[in-house]
Amino acid sequence: MSDETILQARNLCKRFGGLAAVDDVSLEIRTGVLHAVIGPNGAGKTTLLNLLSGDLPASSGKISYSGRDVTSWAPDKRSRLGMGRSYQKTNIFFDFTVLENCRLAAQSRAPRPFQWWRNAASNETDLTRAWRALDAVSLATRAADLGLTLSHGEQRQLEIAMCLATEPRLLLLDEPLAGMGAEESKIMIDLIARLAENHAVLLVEHDMDAVFQLAKTLTVMANGKVLAAGTPEAIRANREVQSAYLGVLEVTP
Amino acid sequence: MIILIQLLNAVQYGLLLFLLSSGLTLIFGIMGVINLAHGSFYMIGAYLAYWFAKLTGNFWLAIPLAIAVAFAIGLLIENTIIRRLYRRDHLYQVLLTFGLILVFEELRSIFFGDEVHGVATPKILDFSVPLTDTLSYPVYRLFVTMVCLGIAALLYWTIYKTRIGMMIRAGNSNREMAASLGINVPLLFTGVFAAGMALAALAGAIAAPISSVFPGMGNQILIICFVVVVIGGIGSINGALIASIAIGFADTLGKVIAAEYSAIAVYLVMALILLWRPQGIGNQA
Amino acid sequence: MTPISLPRPLLLVAVLALAFFPFAASTFYVQLGAKIMILAIFALSLDLLVGHSGMISFGHAAYFGVAAYALALISPKYEAANLWLTLPAAMGASALAALIIGFFVVRTTGVYFIMVTLAFAQMLYAVFHDTKAGGGSDGIYIYVRPEMTLAGWKPLDLENPTQFYYLALIFLIGVYVFLSRILEATFGRALAGIRLNEPRMRSIGFPVFLYRLGAFVLAGALAGLAGYLAACQFGFVNPDILAWQQSGIVLMMVILGGMGRLHGAVLGAFSYVVLQEALSAPALLGAYAKHWQLALGGLIVLIVLALPHGVGGLLDGVLRRKNRAGEIA
Repeated sequence: MSDETILQARNLCKRFGGLAAVDDVSLEIRTGVLHAVIGPNGAGKTTLLNLLSGDLPASSGKISYSGRDVTSWAPDKRSRLGMGRSYQKTNIFFDFTVLENCRLAAQSRAPRPFQWWRNAASNETDLTRAWRALDAVSLATRAADLGLTLSHGEQRQLEIAMCLATEPRLLLLDEPLAGMGAEESKIMIDLIARLAENHAVLLVEHDMDAVFQLAKTLTVMANGKVLAAGTPEAIRANREVQSAYLGVLEVTP
Repeated sequence: MIILIQLLNAVQYGLLLFLLSSGLTLIFGIMGVINLAHGSFYMIGAYLAYWFAKLTGNFWLAIPLAIAVAFAIGLLIENTIIRRLYRRDHLYQVLLTFGLILVFEELRSIFFGDEVHGVATPKILDFSVPLTDTLSYPVYRLFVTMVCLGIAALLYWTIYKTRIGMMIRAGNSNREMAASLGINVPLLFTGVFAAGMALAALAGAIAAPISSVFPGMGNQILIICFVVVVIGGIGSINGALIASIAIGFADTLGKVIAAEYSAIAVYLVMALILLWRPQGIGNQA
Repeated sequence: MTPISLPRPLLLVAVLALAFFPFAASTFYVQLGAKIMILAIFALSLDLLVGHSGMISFGHAAYFGVAAYALALISPKYEAANLWLTLPAAMGASALAALIIGFFVVRTTGVYFIMVTLAFAQMLYAVFHDTKAGGGSDGIYIYVRPEMTLAGWKPLDLENPTQFYYLALIFLIGVYVFLSRILEATFGRALAGIRLNEPRMRSIGFPVFLYRLGAFVLAGALAGLAGYLAACQFGFVNPDILAWQQSGIVLMMVILGGMGRLHGAVLGAFSYVVLQEALSAPALLGAYAKHWQLALGGLIVLIVLALPHGVGGLLDGVLRRKNRAGEIA
């Protein structure tokens, strides 16, 4: 299971009119090898994520999931295959309880749409998956609270929990640490590290400390293109990356 | 030669539809308001033209009067009612403007009754141009076509070549930005709404001699305008033009091919577009 | 999550009241009561779309009308049709129409959805109005009401107004219970999620189009039930029952009654019929009584401007204050 290539992207392009937001990007995501994508704002990282998750159709290129060509697949189909995606802008169901957020996500694995008599909240399999996801992100105590009553950090955690409730093999995480304080960040980083052990994880992040703590391999993007790709050490030593970032990669010891 | 007559009819109907739909699509694109009562203003324009023509005996006086009154009513309605809808859910806009339709229909019934009234074609234009030995085409219809083309040109010029048009386009793409650029958005909205109503009334007024005035005339054509806006894309004037002409042809051809099913032709075109390009012809995906 | 249905004791009281009503009322009011209940079923079916799925259909009268016409077209001219055969057939016809139209319209959202549902309903109106097969603007009469005979047993005689009333009541209760169950089941929860955050639902693996289409077809079938009963009661169908005004009126019932609350739809239907009877009564508006829709339109405008959550919202406010202690979030 470890080191298995789950996702392969080849020569992905996304054009909006004359502008190429993503220009000939290729990468691989393997189980146990957390792959971080970094780059300045506007480099195309979120667009890339959208192409991989299916939220945006690619202009050209190929995406393979476990050997299958999913380039033209809709997001829900990719999700059912085992792709999970968290969003940069918190995208939970604010009006539902924390538990319901995860239960609904879990329901997608065993939909049973014709089960019209039974209350959805009584389905054991969904509840088990939901509780497991909440435990993983340590949100179990907040299960009965409405999504909008959570703190920002807790909402980001719920964002991840919803993904986990669908029991994905691949996780696409879009800036999970966005807007978090030091304490909350540490919890999230530990969580992602644990997840990376037996999932294939693609992490888009701006927090360089977190990136270098977690990533086993990196892709640096700028202007929609891949500037450099490789191990953290190689990237740190890379001249082009250094000049693009001007010392931002300096990690405090 | 009969084909030529049908073609001319199709173009005339299509352009009339464009006149009406352009207001609808702009109001929706700029103000985000779906206004079911748009058709009512078409009716108001037609009935006012009928009434003023009867009153003054002069069709050419009746039209500007009708437009002016419709514009005034539009200003009033926007100021008192419509502006409360800008931030509300489409649901409530639909419901409220539905209520307005009921009000307008009943007012029409009270003041003008429920019969069909003919409107006399103005004498200068009340003749036909011969096309062949046996066939001729009413000049008034050509006149309507010319007016619609003229208004369409005026519309394009206003929107793409003037400052007001620039403000309208700015408001169309981004309301908050437009406001922060110093554009008086409330005033712009009032103006656009009233202008849209005046356009609708104009369409109704010049169409009156052709179609007569009758109960429900506004709502009938409103639904076709919805089809135009769906096919052309919300907010897109170009799309509205293409769609209007397309509908004009679909409707006319439908009548020629299968009279019983002609009304359905228009909706079939819409169904096809929905499959192929759900966001409309004029809009990006 | 606030409860979608009224608390049990209140519901029981309502059902009992409805059940005993025919004993206290004259035939006219029994018939009016049946009419209200049929419209309540119609409103409930639309509430499934508007209140729970976030799909604002402005063409729902089409499915009401298709079933009514189905009965009219398959009924023998001077004999009673069999309800056990014709009702499923009529509902099936509505469901089929909803499936075909839904296939095209469910791929749109927001204002587009409103406009295309209206447009397709208008298309069906044109079919029944313009074509000979559809009966034209004169309409079709149903001279004899369907019979409920099954293997010699006839539970209710539908020609009897009181028994017809009980048929309508049974169906209303059935639809109400059915909807309150399904909306808390997996299908209903998925619809709620789609209404709240459609992209996220896709992202977590729900085929949104299929769920929406399912809701659209179900709502169409239930509207067909209402249409069938209405045709039974009225004995006459004409294209006006598919007209956009009807779609607007049922939408009004749902919105003003309070969306997302099943009792809201019922309240909306009740309020509308009462309002219609009151405003069109000569006693109130005198010579202008035939223009009662003017008052209706004005009232709609005022209510939308003044009451953001409809009449049902007021009721909810009262219930919520009583519920505060025992409510589980």
